[in-house]
Amino acid sequence: MADLVTFTIDGRQLQAPAGTLVINAAKKAGIEIPAFCYYDGLALQAACRMCLVEIEKMPKLQPSCTMPVAEGMVVHTDSEQVKGARKGMLEFLLTNHPLDCPVCDKGGECELQDMTFRYGAAESRFVEIKVHEDEKQWSPVVYYDPARCILCYRCVRICDEGLGVNALSIGNRGVHSEIIPNNSDHLNCDECGACIDICPVGALTSGAYRYKTRPWEMDHVGTICTHCSNGCKTTLGVRNGEIIRGNNRDRSGVNGEFLCVKGRYAFDFTKAPGRLETPLMRVNGKLQPVSWAQALAAVGQKFSEIKQRNGKFGIIGSNHTTNEENFYLQKFARHVLGTSNIDHHRTGDITTLMDALQGRENALATVGDLYTTKAALIVDNDLAQQQPLLAFQLRANWRHHKANVYAVTPGPVREDQYAKKIVRAAEGQEFEALESLRDQLQAEEELVILFGDPIKGDAVRKLVAFGDSLGKPVKYVCLVDYSNSRGAADMGLLPDLLPGYRSVRDAGLEPGLAYDEILNSSDLDALWVIGANPLSRHELVAANAFVVVQDLFLTETAQRADIVLPASSAYEKEGTVTNVCGEVQQLKRAARVMGSKPDLEIIGLISKEMKANIGIWKSSKVLNEIRAEVSSYRFPLIVVESGGAAATNPVNGPVPSTRSDLVQSARNNLFHSGTLGRHCSTLKAVVEAPGTIYGELVNEPEEALEPSTTQQ
Amino acid sequence: MIYNEPSPLEVKVISQRFTLPNSAAIDTYLATDGYLAVKKALGMTPEAIIDEMKASNLRGRGGAGFPTGMKWSFVPRKTDKPRYIICNSDESEPGTCKDRLLMENDPHQLLEGMMIAGWTVGSNKGYVFIRGEYRYLIDIVDRAIAEAYERGFLGKNVFGSGWDFDIYTHTGAGAYECGEESALLESLEGKRGIPRLKPPFPAVVGAWQSPTLLNNCETFSAVPAILRMGGPAYAELGTPKNGGTRLFCISGHVNKPGVYELPLGFNLLRMIDEVCGGMRNGKKLKAVIPGGSSSPVLKAQECDVPMDFDSMAKLKTMAGSGGVVVLDEDTDIVQLAMRTMKFYQHESCGWCIPCREGTTWLKKILDRFHEGDGRSEDIPLIGELARNMLGRTFCALGDAAAMPTIGFIEKFRDEFEAHLLKTQDPQSPELIVL
Repeated sequence: MADLVTFTIDGRQLQAPAGTLVINAAKKAGIEIPAFCYYDGLALQAACRMCLVEIEKMPKLQPSCTMPVAEGMVVHTDSEQVKGARKGMLEFLLTNHPLDCPVCDKGGECELQDMTFRYGAAESRFVEIKVHEDEKQWSPVVYYDPARCILCYRCVRICDEGLGVNALSIGNRGVHSEIIPNNSDHLNCDECGACIDICPVGALTSGAYRYKTRPWEMDHVGTICTHCSNGCKTTLGVRNGEIIRGNNRDRSGVNGEFLCVKGRYAFDFTKAPGRLETPLMRVNGKLQPVSWAQALAAVGQKFSEIKQRNGKFGIIGSNHTTNEENFYLQKFARHVLGTSNIDHHRTGDITTLMDALQGRENALATVGDLYTTKAALIVDNDLAQQQPLLAFQLRANWRHHKANVYAVTPGPVREDQYAKKIVRAAEGQEFEALESLRDQLQAEEELVILFGDPIKGDAVRKLVAFGDSLGKPVKYVCLVDYSNSRGAADMGLLPDLLPGYRSVRDAGLEPGLAYDEILNSSDLDALWVIGANPLSRHELVAANAFVVVQDLFLTETAQRADIVLPASSAYEKEGTVTNVCGEVQQLKRAARVMGSKPDLEIIGLISKEMKANIGIWKSSKVLNEIRAEVSSYRFPLIVVESGGAAATNPVNGPVPSTRSDLVQSARNNLFHSGTLGRHCSTLKAVVEAPGTIYGELVNEPEEALEPSTTQQ
Repeated sequence: MIYNEPSPLEVKVISQRFTLPNSAAIDTYLATDGYLAVKKALGMTPEAIIDEMKASNLRGRGGAGFPTGMKWSFVPRKTDKPRYIICNSDESEPGTCKDRLLMENDPHQLLEGMMIAGWTVGSNKGYVFIRGEYRYLIDIVDRAIAEAYERGFLGKNVFGSGWDFDIYTHTGAGAYECGEESALLESLEGKRGIPRLKPPFPAVVGAWQSPTLLNNCETFSAVPAILRMGGPAYAELGTPKNGGTRLFCISGHVNKPGVYELPLGFNLLRMIDEVCGGMRNGKKLKAVIPGGSSSPVLKAQECDVPMDFDSMAKLKTMAGSGGVVVLDEDTDIVQLAMRTMKFYQHESCGWCIPCREGTTWLKKILDRFHEGDGRSEDIPLIGELARNMLGRTFCALGDAAAMPTIGFIEKFRDEFEAHLLKTQDPQSPELIVL
């Protein structure tokens, strides 16, 4: 830490490390200095002049956002001169700002409004005609109103510095200055909406939210995004049980100020047309609506019957259901149905990594580690497209701490912008490329290795051996696809592993059938699919199998089902999910959708029909059971319950798992998210969506993009 | 060519070649002591050159009047980074037109000055940043640069010293703001012309993040003469602390407006009466804007004053860029204030709030006031808004707009009040009836 210097603000003697900016030193001491353009972590602007303070021995007021504290400095933030300056600055700002607060989306959470109330004048002396420029639509989700813009340039900076997208600039001059997209009149970007979020006024508004409500009419429910595996906290604005907005207004969660297009806008699947609202049962070859009681009774009866005759079950779980649901499902399968024929779509080889790292502590990187590590190595993944938060963290680490990032990828990735060394290597050639980086990596103090799905099976062991050979502390992130892909493995949705990666043999069971074996088994009696869509890409060989599907939509698999049970999405239930870095976070119920039930409840009701008792289907009770059985989930509960993220450790013992060949990522990009993505009108609306990003075809056509599992 | 008859009172140091035929040609320059100074400099140590510059008491001619020798000494020479020499020829201050004559009539003098600066700070590259509207001057300077290359004065191994130096021209895009040194650097780097945060100052972190010596065109043009005649002899021409001569661009209501090279400290009234042949049409002097439109106006009774940086500062105005605007008794100060603000409103880059919004608001008030829709409360409001801008903007443009406005309203408040009465009097012929 830098040397401490002593200085005075408003008569209070304070200390802070040399180099601390006056605005931050004051904030730490509880003294507010208002500012628009200053934003922690972004480049300094000193443009808004709201933060001017009086510093003794300096002739003019000084911007506290660029002035570092100095020994003996005496600062006044509440002198008449400073107050006058703030009042004058707000008066200037309001001259050309429309007073349309009553119809502005930002009204009620607008920084200009707040500051005018606190520091501004009661009356305006401006009697001239305002400068006006009409509002523009930049994309389906971003609107810009130049008249409201106060030109703090936060949006320009977050897009360029924070995201590395650089979609925005400043155009024109003087009072006619405005923010303009670099791509002529519309955006061609990540559509992440960070610009909207960071806008202190209502200049940038969200196409998905505008003119729908006032901020104070919503409940703000902080939950975890249900799309990719990064586990961002998204605060859903809910009115009358309906989700109206997604953002990250309190900057809490592992993602801080970050959210991608999915976390911010892709909640509209909850009320998409085609959402199932009632159970369906096949009657005379056609799926007909039936009551929950009828459907559950039919499932219970059929399952009991098949169990009695020792029939063959196959169960395919989800990458999106909660840990509690996954735990409950495998418990039900193993204890009630007596089968280990259970699997899920594996999107990263987490089990082999767990085996390779057995017995180690601090070997799994957290999302926070990516911001603090001195060096990181990306192997075989387009991070900015597939793992947007991890990409943001690494970039922020490079911006703020000059972290060295290395990329070994088959094609260009956004990390190329700042990577210390880029090696292009086709899948299968990664290790030659890694050897070429050995000297540089060895010179690093520490390293985080992030690897994609091409690294599976022995390649994972080889990668860990490579990490060990560097002789430096190395942490790993096995990149997976979906919000609870990691939790599905942790909770034993695998034919050979129990929760906590213990062998099924420990429970006296034999390993069951894996994903492909279930689907290829000609004598399968029942297929039970929870939040997945295996039949979109695979045949079900057993033509006469009884198929039960729990899903939000009538997917390809659900269309083949005998009974379809409408399930709740992650935004409509409680529970915990585990992100790509193994951090457990809690979901909070936001929306209410008529007719559907959480999977946990559905499984519980089926077991009740079968007169089996596997415990109460309440997520907090099931979490207690998980904690009793899985040692890495024995984190302090308060961390999760208070909205934090609890890190988990690798296991302490071998992980006897095979079938790494089943690992296959769906390689969703920013605008795709499996079945959920297909039902998000906002995701489909952005111009970048149809298989392209920034005008180039970067992935296979949409049909091939559909992953083999889907979810709630 | 030059546009006015020289005055016998002039002390011609940097304008000595202006009247020679073909003065921009390298042969004319060589025939009149050209490129002697740089040869002399190449035999001197950087320290010795800087000492000479300090002894000359040369102060930056762009407007701020910072001692040039000291500025040169700030550029770190022990660094691995390249260093750049940049000539600020983005002459845009209303009332100023001297750099134009220097480049048009004596471009080699400028190049030689830049070369000496380059040698002093160990730079290998110089840029002449020329105002976009001076398109034709780029051709002249480019021709001079080409001539210097042809003779081997620029490029590799300058005069056999083993030192390389290249000079390029670069054009601005028509923004007043780009005369501010850090905005100029942004523009030179191909970015939007907005000022940078200071510190760091360009001497340490300038063009392309490297140490950069940035001087005005007239400042560089004075360097060869200083080395030839010696710093003390040059300083001797002016007053203590205000060394040498400068080009005064005298415009307005005088009989012989023009650009005259006069020693620093030359009396302002003598300038009007003796150099410029007195007031036009025998009118009385009302006021003088002494250093470009940014400098607060001087009333007639304040004009018996030596024109140097310190004397002007004592009168709470600026010697600025040497643009002297003489105003006679018929001048409408309200209109002048309005026109001045129109310029700054148009040129405000928009970066910071007080300048962007303040100039716009002031222009609108002054427009309305001038048109006859003024209110009595507008007069104090104009002063208050200008004071709300003063010292609170990101760069000096806001100050440059506020200072003259405060000057007009404080020194000629009676005219504003009279204007108000005149335009509101139903009998007045100036009342606009719609």
